[in-house]
Amino acid sequence: MTTTALKPRTAPAAGTPVPARRKRSWRSYSVYAGLALIFIYCLSPFYWMIVSSLRRTADIFDNSPLPAPFSVENYVKVFDGSTMFGQALLNSLIVAGVTTVAALVMGIFAAYAISRLNFRFKSVILGVIIATSMFPGISVVVPLLRFFSDIGWINTYQAMIVPNLSFAIPLAVWNLTTFMKSLPFDLEEAAMIDGCTKWQAFRKVLLPLAAPGVFTTAILTFIHSWNEFIIALSMVNDPQVQTATVAISKFTGATEFQAPFGEQMAAGVIVTVPLVIMVLFFQRRIVEGLTAGAGK
Amino acid sequence: MAALLLSPTLLVLALVIVYPLISAVHQSLYRTESGLDANGFVAEGESFVGLANYVDLFVGDSGERFLNAFSNTTFFTVTTVLLETVLGLALALAMNRAFRGRAFLRASILVPWAVPTAVSGLLWRWIFQSDGIANTLIGSEILWTAEGVASKVAVIVAEVWKTAPFIGLLVLAGMQVIPEEVYEAARIDGAGWWRQLAYITLPLVKPTLLVAVLFRMLDALRMFDLPFVLIGPGKESVETLSMLAWDESNQLRYGSASAFAVVLFLYVAAVAIVFVKVLGADVTGAKHLRLARKANRIQKAEATR
Amino acid sequence: MRQRRPSWQTVITTSTALVLAAATLTACGGAAPASKPSVNAAASFEGKGPINYVSSRDASGAAQKSIDEWNATHPDELVTFIELPDSADQQRQQLIQNAQIKSDTFGVLNLDVVWTSEFAANKWILPLPGDKLSVDKMIPATVGAATYRDTLYGAPYYTDGALFYYRTDLLAAAGVAAPPKTWDEMKSACKAVLALPEAAGMSCYAGQFDKNEGLTVNFTEAVASAGGTVVDAEGKPTVDTAEAKAGLSTLVDGFKDGLFPSDAITYQEEQGRRAFQDGKVVFLRNWPFLYSSLSATDGSSQVAGKFNVASIPGTSGQGVSTLGGRSLAVSPFTANKATALEFITFFTSQEQALKRLALSSRAPVYAALYEDPAVVAKRPFFPALLQSVNNAQPRPKVVQYGATTKAIQEEAYAALTGKKDTDTALADMQAKLTELAAK
Repeated sequence: MTTTALKPRTAPAAGTPVPARRKRSWRSYSVYAGLALIFIYCLSPFYWMIVSSLRRTADIFDNSPLPAPFSVENYVKVFDGSTMFGQALLNSLIVAGVTTVAALVMGIFAAYAISRLNFRFKSVILGVIIATSMFPGISVVVPLLRFFSDIGWINTYQAMIVPNLSFAIPLAVWNLTTFMKSLPFDLEEAAMIDGCTKWQAFRKVLLPLAAPGVFTTAILTFIHSWNEFIIALSMVNDPQVQTATVAISKFTGATEFQAPFGEQMAAGVIVTVPLVIMVLFFQRRIVEGLTAGAGK
Repeated sequence: MAALLLSPTLLVLALVIVYPLISAVHQSLYRTESGLDANGFVAEGESFVGLANYVDLFVGDSGERFLNAFSNTTFFTVTTVLLETVLGLALALAMNRAFRGRAFLRASILVPWAVPTAVSGLLWRWIFQSDGIANTLIGSEILWTAEGVASKVAVIVAEVWKTAPFIGLLVLAGMQVIPEEVYEAARIDGAGWWRQLAYITLPLVKPTLLVAVLFRMLDALRMFDLPFVLIGPGKESVETLSMLAWDESNQLRYGSASAFAVVLFLYVAAVAIVFVKVLGADVTGAKHLRLARKANRIQKAEATR
Repeated sequence: MRQRRPSWQTVITTSTALVLAAATLTACGGAAPASKPSVNAAASFEGKGPINYVSSRDASGAAQKSIDEWNATHPDELVTFIELPDSADQQRQQLIQNAQIKSDTFGVLNLDVVWTSEFAANKWILPLPGDKLSVDKMIPATVGAATYRDTLYGAPYYTDGALFYYRTDLLAAAGVAAPPKTWDEMKSACKAVLALPEAAGMSCYAGQFDKNEGLTVNFTEAVASAGGTVVDAEGKPTVDTAEAKAGLSTLVDGFKDGLFPSDAITYQEEQGRRAFQDGKVVFLRNWPFLYSSLSATDGSSQVAGKFNVASIPGTSGQGVSTLGGRSLAVSPFTANKATALEFITFFTSQEQALKRLALSSRAPVYAALYEDPAVVAKRPFFPALLQSVNNAQPRPKVVQYGATTKAIQEEAYAALTGKKDTDTALADMQAKLTELAAK
C-alpha cells in the first residue's frame, strides 16, 4: 500500500478515492469535470433566473446571455410600497422558522422514542406518521379552511405553521429515526456507565452525533415551508401576515394578460439567495465541526 | 415515556391530516345536486351515492382520463425518482469530497431546491418556450409546452433539477456518519473507489437513501404544481392524478374530487408498502436495536469477567 | 431480512386500514350536507360599515385611487382592498372557497364576466337593482355579460374586445389599400405581403391557440364570425352546425396551410404580442392591452408607428369579437350590504370610470367615453375597440362554465393539432356540451 492512503485526511470524505499517485492526475481531472457538470446543471437555470430578473420588462424575452441594457427595475418593483414584500419575507421567516424548530423538537423526541425505547405498535406508529404524507395536499385545503375559520385562525401564523408540520414532522421523524438507529448504542451506554443520566447521554452524546441528520432535516423542512404556497394563500388574506410566495403570486403584469415574469424572477432570486447564504454559513460551522468530532 | 415523547407528533398530525382525510372520505360518498331549479339556481343539498363516485372514475370518458392520469403519474414517478436517485447520489458523493470550494458547491447544489416551486415552474416555462433559451441552445424548434413527448421530457428535466438536491442532501448526511476508519481499512485491503462505493458507502447509506427515495416517491406521486405551471392544466400528456383531483374540485364536483384524492391516497400507500417490502428498509431499527443490545450485553459480560 | 419484511408490510397496511376504518366510522357523523342560505330575488341591501373589496392587484393604481376617494368621504364605511393572486384560476378558487365557508371577509367581489352565471346560480352573489346603477348608459353587451337569467348580478367595471392588429407599412408596400375585412381578403393580402423581400420569413396571422382560455375565445370568435354560435339563447349547444364547422375549419386550415406560424399552437396572449412586435406575423388577433407596448419607442418594439388596429375579419364582413372584462358583485355573506351596494354604484359610475382612464388603459363600459376627444387622443384604438365591443358576443353563459370551456379547449385543440378531424372534434364537443347542459 502506498503512504498516501495512510495519511490523515483533512476532512471526512466517504467514498473518496485516494488512489496511487500515478493515477492521480487523470482521475482528478475527470472528477473535476464531473463536479463542473453538476455545478452547471444546478446553477445554469438559476443563472437564467438572475439574468431574466435584470432585464427590462420590454426585453424580458431576450435570449442573450447577459442582460442588455442592464436594469434593476424588477427589484425596485418587488419592494415597491404596495406589495409589502419586506414584511412578507419576515412572515416567511417566522412561519418557516417556527415550523422547523417545532418539527425538529417533536421529530427528535419521537425518533428517540422509536429508535431507543422498546414499546409496542412501533411500526404502526411509524406507518401512521408517514401515511400523513400520502394525502394530496390540494385536498386538505378546503376542510382545513373550514376548520380554521371556525376556530378563528384565519390570518394567523399558526394557520400556516400547523399544516406545514404535516410535511415536516414525517420527514423529521423518519429521517432522524434512521439516523439515530445507525449510530452505535455503546457510546450512550458508556456515558451512562460514566454516570450520565439517560437525558444527559441523549443530550451530550446522541444529539451531537446526530447533528448532520438534524441539520439536514432542518434545511429541508425550512426550505419546504419557506416555499409552501396553497395553504398560505387560503388561510391568509391580510397582507400583514402573508408569506413571500403568496406575495409573489399577487404580482401583476402591466396588464392582466402580461405575466410579471421579470418581477417574479427577481422575487425568486430574493427569496433563494438568503437561504443559500444561510446554508453556506451554517454548514461550515455545524456539519464540518461536528463530523470531525464524531470521527474520533 | 414513549407515549409522552410521541404524543405531540401524533396530535399535530391528527389535527391537520385525519380531519381532512375523514372529510374527504365522507365527501366522496356524496354527490352535490347539479341540476338547476326553475329560477336557474343550483339545486341545494347533496345526496348519498355510496361508491358511485368511485365507480365513475373507472368507466367511460372519465375512466380514460383516469387511466391516462394514472399512467402519467406512475411514469413521472418512476423516471424522475430514478434519475433523482442517481443524480442525488452523485451530488452527495461530490459534496462529500474534500476539495477547495466545497462549501460553495454544497450551497449551490441547494439552489434548485430553494427556488419556490411556482417560480421554478415559471422559470422552466420561459426556458422551454417555443423561442426560449432551450430551443436556442440546442438549435431546435421543439414545442415543449404543446402536447406530446417533449412536454413529458420538459417536466422530467425540471422536476429532477428541482428535487435531486433533496436526495443529495439527505444521503450526504448519511455519508457523514460513516467512520473514516472503515474506508482506511478497506484501502489497506486494496479496495478501489468503485469497490468502496459498492461495499461500504452504498450499504451504509442505504437506510437514509431509502427514506429519501420513499419521501420523494410520495411527493412525486402527488405531483401537481410543476406540470400545472410549466405545461398547463388539462394537457393529457402531463395530467397527473393530483391535477385531476384539482380539476374536479375546480368544477365543484367535490364528491368525485374527493374520490380521486382517496384513490390517490390508497395508490400512494400501496406503492409505499411495495417499496418497503421489496427493498426491506429496517427503519424502525427494531432488529438493529436488539442486536446492539445483545452485543452490548456480551461486551459487558466479557468486560466484567 | 426475512423477519422484518412482514413487520413492514403491516406497518403501512395497518395504518392505512386504521385511518380508513376511522374515516368510515365517523363518516355518518361528519359534516352535514351544506345548505345554502336562501337569497331573495329582490335582495334587500342592509347594514352599513367597513367592507372589503376583493380583486387582483390593479398595477395602474387606478382602482386604489377610486377607493381612496370613497374612503375620504366615508370614514365609517371604509373599503379595504384585499388582493388576490394574479392568476384568474387562483382568484376564482379563493372566491369560491370563501363563499363555501360563508366567510364575511369577502364583501365586494371583482368577477370575470364568464363567472357570472356560476356565481349567480350558486347564490354566491346577490342580484343587483339595475336602476341604481347607470346601466342604461353602459354598452349593452357589457350589461348582458353581467346578467344571469334576466337578472343583473354584476355592475360592469371594465370590458374587453378583440382587436385586429395589422402592419400598415407592409400593407402599403404590397399595395393593399385597406385592412382586410374578411378572412379571404386577409389571405390574399398576406399573399401580396409575404411576396415582399422585407417580409421574408414572416407568417400571416396569429391568435391564441394554446390549450387555455384564449383558445375558447378564439374558437368562439371563429364560429361567431362564420355566423354560428357555440350555444344558442336557450343554452343549447350548437357546434354541430355548418357555421361552426366553417369557423373551426378556418383555424385548422390556418395551421395546415402555413398561414399561422407552427409554434402558434403554444401562443397565449403574450407570445402573440411578441411575435407581432418582433415582426414575425403580419396580422394578429389580440386584446387592446398590447397597443401601448407595441407603440413603445424605446427600441423594444420593431413595429412602433408601423401598425394599426381594426375589427377582426369574418367570413363575410366584419368578424364577431368575444367579450371580456370584469364586473363587481356583492357577496350575500357580508354584513354591510348597503355599503357594498353604494360602493359599487360609486365605483362603477361614469365619473369614476373617466377618472380611472387617466391612469389605466382598461376599456370603460360607458360608450360616451369612447367618443370623448381627449380620451381618444390618448388612446387611438378606442374607436376600433368600441366597434368591436358593440358587436361582441359573450362566451357561453352557462353555470358549468369551467367544464364547458374545458370541453371546448379539449376538442378545438385536438382539431388544431390534427389529432381529430374537424367533424369528429365538433361532434364530440357537441356531445360533451349537451351532456353538460343536461346537468
